[in-house]
Amino acid sequence: MKYLDEFRDGGLARGLAAAIAREVDPARAYRLMEFCGGHTHAIARYGLTGLLPANIQLIHGPGCPVCVLPVGRLQMAIELALRPGVILASYGDMLRVPGAGGDSLLAARARGADVRMVYAVDDALALARRHPQREVVFFAIGFETTTPPTAVAIRRAAAEGLGNFSVFCNHVLTPPAMAAILDAPEGTRLDGIIGPAHVSTVIGTSPYAFVPERHGKPVMVAGFEPLDVLHAVRLLVAQLGAGHATVGNAYTRVVAEHGNRKAQALMDEVFTVREQFEWRGLGTLAHSALRIRECYAAFDAERRFAPAEVAVTEHKGCECPAILRGAKQPQDCRLFGGACTPEHPLGACMVSSEGACAAHYLYGRWRAA
Amino acid sequence: MTRSPRDFPRRLDLARGRIELQHGGGGRAMTQLVEELFVAAFANPALCALNDQAVLPPPAGRLVLATDAHVVSPLFFPGGDIGSLAVNGTVNDVAMAGAQPLWLAAAFVLEEGLPLAELARIVESMARAAHAAGVAIVTGDTKVVEAGKGDGVFITTTGVGVARDGVDTGGDRARPGDAVLVSGPLGEHGIAVMACREGLAFDVPVRSDTAALHGLVAALLDAVPAAAIRVLRDPTRGGLGATLNEIARASAVGMQLREAAIPVREPVRAACEFLGLDPLYVACEGRLLAVCAPEHAGALLAALRAHPLGQGAALIGHCVSDPQHCVELETVLGGRRVVDWLAGEQLPRIC
Repeated sequence: MKYLDEFRDGGLARGLAAAIAREVDPARAYRLMEFCGGHTHAIARYGLTGLLPANIQLIHGPGCPVCVLPVGRLQMAIELALRPGVILASYGDMLRVPGAGGDSLLAARARGADVRMVYAVDDALALARRHPQREVVFFAIGFETTTPPTAVAIRRAAAEGLGNFSVFCNHVLTPPAMAAILDAPEGTRLDGIIGPAHVSTVIGTSPYAFVPERHGKPVMVAGFEPLDVLHAVRLLVAQLGAGHATVGNAYTRVVAEHGNRKAQALMDEVFTVREQFEWRGLGTLAHSALRIRECYAAFDAERRFAPAEVAVTEHKGCECPAILRGAKQPQDCRLFGGACTPEHPLGACMVSSEGACAAHYLYGRWRAA
Repeated sequence: MTRSPRDFPRRLDLARGRIELQHGGGGRAMTQLVEELFVAAFANPALCALNDQAVLPPPAGRLVLATDAHVVSPLFFPGGDIGSLAVNGTVNDVAMAGAQPLWLAAAFVLEEGLPLAELARIVESMARAAHAAGVAIVTGDTKVVEAGKGDGVFITTTGVGVARDGVDTGGDRARPGDAVLVSGPLGEHGIAVMACREGLAFDVPVRSDTAALHGLVAALLDAVPAAAIRVLRDPTRGGLGATLNEIARASAVGMQLREAAIPVREPVRAACEFLGLDPLYVACEGRLLAVCAPEHAGALLAALRAHPLGQGAALIGHCVSDPQHCVELETVLGGRRVVDWLAGEQLPRIC
C-alpha cells in the first residue's frame, strides 16, 4: 500500500531503533506518554517496546474516544435507544462498551432497541432518509478528528430539512485533557508527550504550546504508523538531551502548524464549547467538550429528547480511570486478564482496540511485563 | 419414478414466482418444488428415489461426518453465493480429516417471499459446486418460515466421506519444531462479502476464495508420508488467528510466525486498513492450514504450489514448546507480539 508500507519498513525501523539506542543517556529514564490510542495500538501491534532501550518507558494516554466517555453519558444513549421509534446509530466499538450493571448498547439491542452500527455519520444520515417515520439519533463521540464530519452532517440535515435526524453530541477537546494530565501529580513525572496524529491534522500544533511554556516539557506530534512513533521518540530524546522543550512536528506530511482552517470553521459554525464536561478518569474538566449551537438546536438530541442525566458509579476495582491518566499500567489492575477480558470487558479500556488494556491483552505486551 | 402430467398441471414459475408457506406444507406444492427444482438440479439415483432418506452402500474405510449451517448475507457475492458456499464449506470440513467426500445432505430454511428465480440460481450453483467436487447431494429437507422470520434462505449441509488409511489430522497432533503452512492469501472471502454488503460502500476488486479443497488435500497426502501431516484445518470464521490458537491449545504448543511471510493480497490489505480489520482474523473459504513435520515442509510446500488451489502457498512459521500455548508473531518491523483469539464478532453473517 503506497504511503503506508513506507512507514512500516523493517530496515528503517531497525536503523531508527539503533540510533535511539546510541543517543539515549543511559543514566536517566525517559517517561514518554503517547497521547492517542492510535499510538498505543501501533506500539502493541508492531511490538515497538521491544525495539526501544529499557530506560524508555511509553505510558498510555487518554486518547481513546470510547474510553474517556463517562458511563453516565452511555446510559443516556441507552435510554435514547430504548425509546419507541428511535434508531440509534453509532460506531462499532461503542456498542460493546459496558455501562451500568453490565448493560451496553448491544444488550439494549437484544432487548429490542434498534441500534445500528455505522462506519461514518453519513450512514446515519442515509438511515434518516430511508426511514422518514423514525427518529434517527447519531451517537457522536470522539476528539477533534471526528467532529468536523459531524458538523457537516448537521449542516446537511439542516439544508435537506431532515427533521428526523439528530445528534447526541459527546465530542471532546484534546488540549484541556492534556492540561489535566500534566496538572495531575503523575503528570508531573512525565518527560515528554508523543502528540496526537489525526487530531493535529485538524487543530494543528500551536494549541500544544502551553505544554513547553507552562510545564517545560516537549511535545512531538506523530503519525500512527510505527516509523512515525519511533521517529517521534528519537526527536523527543534529542530535545531532552539538549535540554530543550518545544512543540515539534514529526508528522509534517499531513499536519500544519495551524491545522485545517476549513474544518475548524465548520466546527465553530455548528458547535460551541460546554462550560464543563465529565471525562472518565479525568473528572469534570472546564471547557473540555462541545455542544450543538442554538442555531442548530433542532438537530440536538439532548434538546429534542431531554434524556435524563444519570450519575453512575464505576465498577469497583476497575482501574480504567488511573490507566487513562497514565498513573497505572493495565497489568496493575487486578481485574486485567481475569475478570476483565475482551470477551467480557468490565472497563472501557478493554473494549476498543485503541484502549490500553485491549492492546496489552490482545498483543501480549503483558507477557513481557 | 413415473410421473403423471396431472400431478402438477402448471410448472413452477421460476421467472416471477415466490416461495409461499405452502412450499413447506407437505402438500403438492412442496412436492412440486422438490421435484422440479431440487431433484432436477441434483439428480442422482439415491435422491431420485424421493424417500425421506438416502440408502447408500457402506464405503470401505473410516467414515468422516461433518455438518455446517450457512447463513451468509448477502446471498450472492463476488466469487460465489450461499449455494456454492454450502457445498464447499462442508466438503472442506470432511476433507480436513484427510478424507474423500462422497455424499451431502442439504436442509433448506426458506423465507416466504423469496423469489424462485433466486432460489433456482442458488440450487444451480450448489449443483455445479457438487458436480465439480464429485459429491452427490443424496437427501434433503425443505422448510418455509413466515416473511420476516428468515433472511431469504439458510442452508445446512451434512457431508459424509472416507478417510485415507493411516491419516490422522486432528488438531492435537502439532509438536514443537513442526512447520506451519497456508495454501494461499488470506481474508478474501470475508472481505468480498463485507465489500458488497449493504451499508459498506466499498468497491474492492476481491472475490471470495470459496473452493472445495479435497483435491488439494489428496495431492498433499500423495506428496509426503501420511504421518508427516500432523494437522489440517480450513481457517474459516475467526481466520488464521483463531485456527492457530485452537491448534496451539489442543496440541499444547506455542507458535512463532513471521508476519512478512503471511500472504495477503494488496486489495485485501487495503480494505482491512480502511475497515480497521486485521487480515489474520478475516475468514477464508478456500484455504487450508497445514502443520507438518519439519523435514517434509519443503516437499509439502512444493506440492501445495503445484496445485491450482495452492499456488500462493507459504511457510509462515513453526511450532515451539511454550507452556502458555501462545501464538507469537515477529512483526514486519522485527518486534514481537501475540496473535490472540479474536474477541467478539469481527464480521457477522459471512458464511
